[in-house]
Parts: sequence; structure tokens; C-alpha cells
Amino acid sequence: MNADMSTQASLAAAPEVATGAPAPAAAGPVLMDCRVEHIFYGSFLAVRNAEVPIIANEITAFIGPSGCGKSTVLRSLNRMNDFVPGFRMEGHVHYRGQDIYAPGVDPVAVRRSIGMVFQQPNPFATSIYNNVAFGLKLNRFKGDYAERIEKALRGAALWDEVKDKLNSSGLALSGGQQQRLCIARAIAVEPDLLLMDEPCSALDPIATRRVEELMLELKQTYTIAIVTHNLQQAQRVADRTAFFFVDTSAGGRTGYLIEYRPTQELFGDPKEEQTRAYIRGDFS
Amino acid sequence: MTPSAATPPRLPVARPPTAWQTGANVVFRGLTHAFGGAVVVLLAGIVFEVLRHASPAVSKYGAGFVSGSVWDANRNEFGILPEIGGTLYTSFWALLLAGFLGVTLALVLSQGFLHRRYEVVMKNVVELLAAIPSVVYGLWGIFVLVPLLRPGAAWLNDHFPNFPLFATRLSGPGILPASLVLAIMILPTVTAVSREAMAAVPPRLAAAAYGLGATRWEVIFRVTLPTASGGIFGALVLGLGRAFGETMALAMLAGNAPNFSWSLFSPGNTLAALLANHFPEAGEFEVGALMYAALVLLLITLAVNVVGSLIMVRATAGLRGLR
Amino acid sequence: MAPPTTAGRAGNNLHLSLGNSRTLLDRVLTLLAIGLSLFALFPLLSVLYMLLVRGGELLSPSLFTELTPGAGMEGGGIGNAVLGTLIVVLIASVLSLPLGLLAAIYLAEYAGESKLGTLVRFAGKVLTGMPSILAGVFAYALVVVTMGSFSALAGGVAMSVLMVPTVMLTAEQALRAVPEKMRMAALGMGATRMETTLRVVVPTALPGILTGVMLALARAAGETAPLLFTALFSDYWFEGRLGSPIASLAVLIYNFSGSPFPHLVKLAWAASLILVFLVLVLNVGAQLIIRRPQEF
Repeated sequence: MNADMSTQASLAAAPEVATGAPAPAAAGPVLMDCRVEHIFYGSFLAVRNAEVPIIANEITAFIGPSGCGKSTVLRSLNRMNDFVPGFRMEGHVHYRGQDIYAPGVDPVAVRRSIGMVFQQPNPFATSIYNNVAFGLKLNRFKGDYAERIEKALRGAALWDEVKDKLNSSGLALSGGQQQRLCIARAIAVEPDLLLMDEPCSALDPIATRRVEELMLELKQTYTIAIVTHNLQQAQRVADRTAFFFVDTSAGGRTGYLIEYRPTQELFGDPKEEQTRAYIRGDFS
Repeated sequence: MTPSAATPPRLPVARPPTAWQTGANVVFRGLTHAFGGAVVVLLAGIVFEVLRHASPAVSKYGAGFVSGSVWDANRNEFGILPEIGGTLYTSFWALLLAGFLGVTLALVLSQGFLHRRYEVVMKNVVELLAAIPSVVYGLWGIFVLVPLLRPGAAWLNDHFPNFPLFATRLSGPGILPASLVLAIMILPTVTAVSREAMAAVPPRLAAAAYGLGATRWEVIFRVTLPTASGGIFGALVLGLGRAFGETMALAMLAGNAPNFSWSLFSPGNTLAALLANHFPEAGEFEVGALMYAALVLLLITLAVNVVGSLIMVRATAGLRGLR
Repeated sequence: MAPPTTAGRAGNNLHLSLGNSRTLLDRVLTLLAIGLSLFALFPLLSVLYMLLVRGGELLSPSLFTELTPGAGMEGGGIGNAVLGTLIVVLIASVLSLPLGLLAAIYLAEYAGESKLGTLVRFAGKVLTGMPSILAGVFAYALVVVTMGSFSALAGGVAMSVLMVPTVMLTAEQALRAVPEKMRMAALGMGATRMETTLRVVVPTALPGILTGVMLALARAAGETAPLLFTALFSDYWFEGRLGSPIASLAVLIYNFSGSPFPHLVKLAWAASLILVFLVLVLNVGAQLIIRRPQEF
């Protein structure tokens, strides 16, 4: 993987996985060393000072009030913000030692290894089978498609519900099923890191619970970063939680990181006053 | 979880795009841009080609071409004043009729006069009206409409021979049948565009008037029509643009006569019909003159369409405050 | 409406009364409007009736297999014109569909608010409103003058000029109707713009695109003016030469409509029936495609 990417990036060989990042508690190696200094949309400063190293095989949750930039930071981890006109980032995102914003890096190559699940379920207007096969075809996968697709659908806990109708439209599924289909589509290519942007906000509580269980299973194999507005969800699934807040002092609305710690510590003994107030429910 | 599981052995499905994928993407991007630009080039090419072939005639005949009223290929004398007059005159009558009927139809289709099902049927029928090729309307005009009009025209001519509109007899093709068929042809445009303008009037405006005890037609005349007037006016201008450019019905029904008369029953000609009737057998000099005529037609329709579009844009913007 | 249970104030009668002039006027206007609307549809009914009665007269297999007869002759058919219309439309499609569709992809997927995009859209609108005969004038200047003769190719070029804006603008709308989240899903998996467009956006928008194509085809098939002095007409079968004049239904109708020979007029009616049938099939087909339930 690394070697493949450096053909695009022509970077000097970097250490396979950086260790000893500033995450406080004892942890596994850092998969993605994300250090945002500023993110601008045009002249608007959307996010400042957010350093969120993502540890391999963990679930990292981004929480905070709306407008705090948690989604913006998440989307900058696989360069999805490139599609927003005027987007500009200062800082770095090192993925397995390589800066994904370095000149010469192909964002398409980045997104192939770093999958994404969106807020709204967004299956393609084609069959369930083709939805899941999409990423495999993109990557010119030459193997047993049926096996891969079954594995991905089982991984997304959808197999039993759809195994008899793989050729029916993905759009005919319920909202919760659609979102699990999107997860299956994302994990079919076995991404290194899975970004989930409020994946449950459009789902009912039962479907939400299923997706949460799924995340805990996926953690065995994948690394996950999730944006959520649901504090209980962060507590239930996340190993580590980053709390973002909004700074309106300069007149704009700029998000920044308040604290980033293991979830139990953050919720059990928040260090900062804003975190304490937010967890209590003073703002939402 | 153990740290050693951090980089689990993965089957390498995800891999960077192949050179082919990246290259094709770049080529595709360039191709779509080129084809987008080609549409602009196409329009420019049309204007350029007409200008290029018209320029000898433009420099030779100058403004006299527009004010001259003789078209004689044998003497190389060309003027299109009767055709310009005929274009404007037939379009005027067509627009008058199509405007009245079109706005009425638009009202019937948008103000809940009919059961929803009949509304859809009627809307489709109006669209069908637009689907019939104009040459078929021309054929129908020659063999159905003209015989149908002839007795009435004769009666009017007999009883009001001094009234300018009825000053001649309808011998066959003429201004009246041409204008009627032209009206049929622009009716769908006028109806569809003004229906949209009426449908864009927020229902709460009508509801307010109903709440004050207005009847349905009081609401239509005092609320719906004034509010939608910008869009309806735009519909009429767009219809006019179509009328100016419509060719076949006029080539078949106007009579191809190189003179202008106010009488509805006399034959006349229009710019588009002139092109259609003369181009197939034109010699070199006449082609130049026809290209000049085409240029005049191009400029007129271009101006009308730009004005119509601007009116539509302003009408839409004017309604924005209501949303 | 329930009658008032207590006596209202004088003049406060809630019953509908036609004696009331406002109510009466309302009713009259309503009847008038519906009457006028039905009147406006009379020409269509008359056209369809005439097509069936007079056009149906000559309907037989030989109509499609025989050549147009010469002046004053009996018999014959319109086979060369039917074939010619199909060939001219085919040439026009070959020329216009790639141009219109790729330009639509440019507009919907790449142009955004850019200057070129605005210019392309403007050009498309101007081309839509341009009189069809000017497309013929363009093809005459470009092809007929250059090649020195009327030709099937010139007819195809003229017709393609008419098809391009229709195809482009309807396809752009169809592509734009594809939700942005689908594009994001594909791009987020590492699809290139091209793959996103060709594998996700275009297939999703296909019904809408096809509708636009069919409407453009229907419009082109019925167009006469641009063919009069580009494709001209031919009394013979198409022999594979794009540089020679070619017959078409539309020009046949025009030519024969002014003929003094009743048989040729009959053939014009028959050709009208076939042409209208062709155009209506394309229109109805387009409607059926778009009516298919679509949910994103």
C-alpha cells in the first residue's frame, strides 16, 4: 500500500507506522496523524487547532455542538473537502507516514484506502450486488466477486436480509438497510480506515443500534473515525473521543478542539469546563 | 486489542488508480470541455457562415435591401420590405389569437377548473398539438382550413369591400389561413410558459382573496393574472419569436406573393417562407440576397428571444419576494 | 353547504343564487373559458381525423416498398421517403448525440458557475430559439456550397444543429437531477470524476437522457424547412451515397401538397399519417420512460 502510494507521491520512504504520537494513554500505533492548524473555506476560518491522531483498530469519535467543525475535520482525512470550493488546509494529515496533502499525491488514491460512510444513506440506483461490487470494480479486483460481496454484506449485518434479492435495487431497501448497504459497499474493498459522518442520524433507534453493534465488530479488522452528535453513541462505541467546540469570539464561527482523550476519561472526568457543560447538556 | 494487530494482514484490494484510469479521467475531462466549447463554436459558426455568405449582398445592397420591395432574380434586384411586413403582420394576428386562447387554456389548466385527471389529459393534448410537424399543419391548412374559410371570407368581402382587412377575395392561400395555422403552432408555447407563470403564483395569495369573499374570476383577474403578468408577457414574446421563425406553414399557406397588403384575404409572404421557397432553385446572386434575408431573420429572432428570456428572468426574480 | 340555522341579517343570504350578478358572471366566464379551451383543440382533432381518413386511404404494404411516382402517374408509394427520413435522422443522430451528450456532461459535472459554462448554456438557449430554417441556411452554406450539390449529408448536418440544443439541455437537466450524495459516494470510494460520471451519474440519469433524445428525434423527424434546400428530394432509393440528394417524408408532403395531381396529394396525406405516427410514437415513448417511478 505504502509503496503504491509513494509512486504517486514520490515521497521519501517513511516509517511504516509512526508511534509515540501525543495521544496520552497507552495505545496502539497511530494510523493517521492528523494535525489541523487552520481550515479555510474561502476567507472563512472554519476550524483551527485540532490535533487528532487516530489509533489503529480503535474507534475514534468526534463530538461537539453543530458548527464545531467535527465533520469538516473528518472530511479532510480523505480529501473529500477538495470538492468544496475555496477549501484550504494548513497543517498536515500523515497517513502511514505520508502527508496526504503533499503535492503530487492523488486524492483518488487516498480515498481508495480511506473509505467513507455518509450522513444520508446514498446507495447507487442499481442492484444491491452492483452497489457492493462498485469498489471492487474500481480497484480492478480480479477475484471471486460473489465471495467478496457476501463477506461485505455479512460484515455489514445485511446478508440475511438481502441474500435472496441481490439483483433488486438498492434504493428499494429501508433507510437502515440502505445505510448498512453503504457500509458494506465501503468495507468490500477492505479500507484501511473507515470514516463515518453521522452515519446514524437518518436512522431510527433500532437501526442505529444495529449499526453500532456493527462498528464494534468492524473494529476487529478496521480502524474507524466517526462523527456523531449523539453522546451516548460515542460512549457506547468509541475508544477515544475528541470534543470540539465553537469559538464565536472573532465574530465568525470557528471550530476548535477542546480535548481528545480516551472516551471513559473524557466522559468520566472532563478536564475542560466546556466539555463538562456539554456533557451535562447545557448546550446542544 | 493488542498493538500488534494494528496493521493486520490485508488482502490488497484497494490500490491506487491505474495509469489508464488516471489518464482516461484527464482525457475525458478535456473531451467534455472541448464538446461544451463546440456548442459555442457551432452557434458562432452559424452566425459566421451566414455573415460570410451575406456580406457581398450586404455591401452591394446595403440598407436599401431592407426598404426595397421588389424581389426579381432576373434583374438582380432584391428587397425584403414586403416579407418583413408579412412576417410582422401574420405574427401579430397569430399572437393575438394564440395569446388569448393560450392564456385561457393556461387558466383552465392551472386554476383547478377541471378534475385533476382531465387536466392531465388536456395538458397532454396541448403538448400533442406541438408534436405535429408543421408541414402537416400546412397540408391541413390547404385542404381543410382554406375551403372552410372561403365562404365566410367571400361574405365579408361582399358586404364590407371597403374595410381594409376584407378588401380582397380569398382565392386560396392568404394572410388569414397562414395566421390561423401560425396561431395553432405557437399556442403550445404560449400555453405552457404562461401556465408555469400562473402555477408559480403562491396559493396563499389566492387564498387571501377567497377569504375576503372574492369569486373565482375575481381572484383570477385581480390576483392571479396581475401576479403572473410578467411571466405571461414573457410567454407572448417567446411565442412571437417562434412565430417569426416558423417556416413551413407560411411557405404553404401565405401565398408566396412578393407584395404586402393589409387585407386578411390577400396572399403575402414572410422572411422564412421566402427562404424556403427560393433557396432550392436560387442562382449565385440570389443566394447572396437570401443569405442577407437570413441574416435579417436571425437578428430579429435573436433580439426577440433575448428580450423574452430577460423578461422571464425578471418575472421569476420579481416573484421571489413572495416565497 | 348547510342552510343557516338562525335567520341571518337582511342581505346576508348564504345560498348560492344565480340571480346574483357576480355569481352569474363567474359561471358564464367559467363556461366561456372551458368552451374556448375545447375550441382550441378543434384543429388537432380535425388534423387527426383527416390523417386517418385521407391518409388511411392508401395505407398498404406497397406504400412502403414502392418509389414515389412521377407527375401524373398512378400507383407508387413513399418507400424512398420513409427510408430517407430514417437515414437523415440517423446521420443527424450520429453527428449530434455525442456532441449534445458530452456537452451536457460538461455542463452538469464540470462547468459549475464558470464563464465557459454560462456561455455554453447561453449558446444552447439561443440555438433552441433559432428558427429551424436557419439551420438549413447554415448547412447550405457549409456543405451544399462547399460540395457543390444538395446532399443527404447536408440534410443530416442541418438536422443535427436542431437536435444538439434539445439533447444537451434535457440531458443536463437529467444529470443535474441525480442527487449529489450519489456522486459523493462514488468519489469517496476513490472513483475518478470520469468513473463517477459514467458508472453512477449517467446510468442513474439514463431515463431522463433517453427522453430528451427521443424528443429531439421526434422534432428532427418532423422538420421540413431545413431539408428543403439541403437534402432536397429524390425519386429513387438511397444508394449509400451521402453526397447525393435524398428523399424525406417531410419534403414529400411539401412538394406533393401543391401538386395539381390528386394522386400525389393522396400520397402526401399518407406520408403525413406515417410521419405523425412516427413522431407520436417517439413522443409517447419519451413520456413512458419519464413516467417510470424514480426515487433516489
